[in-house]
Amino acid sequence: MNVDLWINDEKITKEIDGDAMLLDFLRDHGCLSVKRGCETSNCGLCTVIMDDKPVLSCSTLVARAAGKHIYTLEGLQAEAQAFGECLADQGAEQCGFCNPGLVLTVLAMVRELKHPSDAQINDYLSGNLCRCSGYMGQLRGIRDYLQKKGGEKK
Amino acid sequence: MRVVSQPVRKKDALELVTGQPVYTQDIAPPDCLVVKILRSPHAHALITSIDTGAAAELPGIACVLTYKDVPNQRFTLAGQTFPEPSPYDRLILDQHLRFVGDAVAIVAGENEKTVERALKRIKVSYEVLEPLLDFRTAKDNQVLIHPEANWRSLCEVGADNKRNLCASNEEKAGDVDAVIAGCDWVVEQTYHTRANQQVTMETFRTWTCWEPSGKLTCVTSTQIPFHVRRILSNALALPEAQIRVVKPRIGGGFGAKQTAVTEIYPALVTIKTGKPALLVYSRRESLIAASSRHENEITVRLGANKHGVIRGIDMYTLSNTGAYGEHGPTTVGLTGHKSLPLYGKVEAFRFRYDVVYTNVLSAGAYRGYGATQGTFALESAVNELAQKMKMDPVKLRELNMVREGAVMPAYYGEKLNSCALDRCLAKAQEMIGWENKYPRVELENGKVRSVGVAMAMQGSSIANVDTAAVRITVNDQGCYALEIGATDMGTGCDTILAQIAAECLNCSVEQISVSGVDTDVSPYDSGSYASSTTYLTGTVVIRTCETLIDKIRTNGARYMGCPVDDVIFDGAGVHRTDGSEAMRLAELVQAGADLSALESYCSPVSPPPFAVGMAEIEIDKETGVVELIDFVAVIDCGTPINTNLVRVQAEGGIAQGIGMALYENVVYSEQGRNMSNSLLQYKIPTRLDVGKIRVAFESSYEPTGPFGAKSIGEVVINTPAPAIANAVCNGVQVQVRELPITAEKIYNGTKQ
Repeated sequence: MNVDLWINDEKITKEIDGDAMLLDFLRDHGCLSVKRGCETSNCGLCTVIMDDKPVLSCSTLVARAAGKHIYTLEGLQAEAQAFGECLADQGAEQCGFCNPGLVLTVLAMVRELKHPSDAQINDYLSGNLCRCSGYMGQLRGIRDYLQKKGGEKK
Repeated sequence: MRVVSQPVRKKDALELVTGQPVYTQDIAPPDCLVVKILRSPHAHALITSIDTGAAAELPGIACVLTYKDVPNQRFTLAGQTFPEPSPYDRLILDQHLRFVGDAVAIVAGENEKTVERALKRIKVSYEVLEPLLDFRTAKDNQVLIHPEANWRSLCEVGADNKRNLCASNEEKAGDVDAVIAGCDWVVEQTYHTRANQQVTMETFRTWTCWEPSGKLTCVTSTQIPFHVRRILSNALALPEAQIRVVKPRIGGGFGAKQTAVTEIYPALVTIKTGKPALLVYSRRESLIAASSRHENEITVRLGANKHGVIRGIDMYTLSNTGAYGEHGPTTVGLTGHKSLPLYGKVEAFRFRYDVVYTNVLSAGAYRGYGATQGTFALESAVNELAQKMKMDPVKLRELNMVREGAVMPAYYGEKLNSCALDRCLAKAQEMIGWENKYPRVELENGKVRSVGVAMAMQGSSIANVDTAAVRITVNDQGCYALEIGATDMGTGCDTILAQIAAECLNCSVEQISVSGVDTDVSPYDSGSYASSTTYLTGTVVIRTCETLIDKIRTNGARYMGCPVDDVIFDGAGVHRTDGSEAMRLAELVQAGADLSALESYCSPVSPPPFAVGMAEIEIDKETGVVELIDFVAVIDCGTPINTNLVRVQAEGGIAQGIGMALYENVVYSEQGRNMSNSLLQYKIPTRLDVGKIRVAFESSYEPTGPFGAKSIGEVVINTPAPAIANAVCNGVQVQVRELPITAEKIYNGTKQ
């Protein structure tokens, strides 16, 4: 089948297999930040933004992305760095393999929630697994980022 | 200090947080063959016939390989210094299959779909053998896992394949039976720990290619590049000089990648086809066919006098190494060596163990490496002693703990030169509010809040075995290239070692570049495991800097025409004591000075770091459900080199320990099929499950360590399981001796 979609604002038109998954499609199109950590939609590593919402690209058919705008870290470098620096200043990026999924989900959360509490943050990110950090450093980094972002607005 | 003991950002941080393509699969050539493995459906079987014709003839298939295509020489996948204590019990592909998931055939082809189709077209007939699934019955069982004639053990570890023994030993000091017979209080109990999975977020993966020079290049997600080179040489019957191993950034290790899980398969494909080949394990494969923690059953018998002084400890560990013996003989040693020395007043001890083969997933290395299992058993037994004596378990530990200056008979007779365990215990007690919370607080909603405690130790590198080398070169710009063979697995060792170098060389961390590991270029390092990198490689960095500074001064004297004693190294270059003349580093290099130094080192000791963990939990008495409220850990890792990274190491290790304590378990069907084969079944903690983890440091100063440092990576995982078990017992008087501590076990316990 033939699909049109936008990857990081670039329009792609492509003939695809009906069972093609968005994760593989994105990696084939150079978005190597997108990672796979499981086959059961548990880990959150493959998260990308589809029309403003975080979705798991491992379990999203390319066909479902037809006509939609997909963003990966390749298209959000400045935002990724702004939050990523807060993460790095805690040493919480660690091995980094879960970072792209986490960073994109945090960027989506910031658009969706105003002044989230720790409980809301943990709830929003509960599908993003990390085996290195124990999550505490990530939370410190997110709080720091929210504070800096809040400061900018004022 | 300027750079050491500071929260320096990791050198690779921005690459990682912005999602740059730095991992093994990201940098694989686009024309790599896709490699996949056909796996045994039986726990124990022989291949009677295998027909690959229909698979091989599919267009796009490059090769289909079976046991007939591999060298018949056995090897181990364990990443250990030669001669490895782990037995040589593997072939790349074997006619004899030893667990559900064991490799039957390798298929390589142009794309994933074709390879998947080819896998289904391989026709295999099996003679199904009786499986040996209960490790308690494995020793001297008539079912033999490794009857083969070319099985061999390179070291004296008590291995005997005709008895299903991967290792067996007994150590003792004093007459433990007599000492315990004279004790007022005796506890004897058996504890059962499970085969936990490391669950690195990046699963196992490797790609290989032939270089025009006639070399096999292997790019792989590993903690042990130099050992991988030897393992490939053993497995493929290829000289080591013809193999090059490269380690890019890797997505987590935790010991999982101290075993060469995937390297042999694409390597064989590249040798057979001449083409580049990539193998990426699925999560399922990583859970059924890699290497877990060793399942242990540990019996502890300990005796104390009427005041609570622990006088004798007798420990027996039965360890399940599964189908193959990777890390079997060594992990078991730590169950005793890295738990028994915690108690400093013991007059006699005995430590016996057996490591047995069974028809389940091969175990391997996982953070803690046996110490975790031993700590659960011994710390639980000490808590049971406290319970029996109606004594506060903190007080019991204050009375018995090992102190600085002690000689530790159960720890190779090493003297303890640095130990702040007493301060760790006091601080943890204060942080969690032990005095007000021990043993429990009944809540109005029918729940109960309780606290529990455990202590732990580990080592810092393997004494007299682990070796590290470091090379530092001044480049033409006057900056430094730091070359190491230690493998940063996300923990930040590249940055930590650069901090140590920057401190010594009086420069900034930015002036020191660190590259990944390439066995053709990097100086030898046994690898990043056994809590060795900061302590051992860090020490070598200091020694290399000292040699380099001497060299810089000697060259300065030569080019400035003055005695060496008149030359001062100032970080930017050299100057004469009276300030009359100076040369910058770049000037020295451009003048032709050879400014590089290489040092290597193997430590005669392995100073233990210490930790105290305290858990506060809430138990629902009606259902047995436990909620973790707060976990406090106070750690003595000597001087923390990077204050951020030690904290995150601790928090991460504790979270893994919490998973081990409360839910992580590999469950098998009656036929030996691994049911915990996805993250749906094998649950690791999410951020909603870990409560609050709070970490503090009470530092001793280790005289043999870099700037006083000891290790941090492993000790942190050891306290959660026994501390949470103790909290459960203090809450509802149920002692759970078999992990994980599930609601069902607690509920059933309260009904007894």
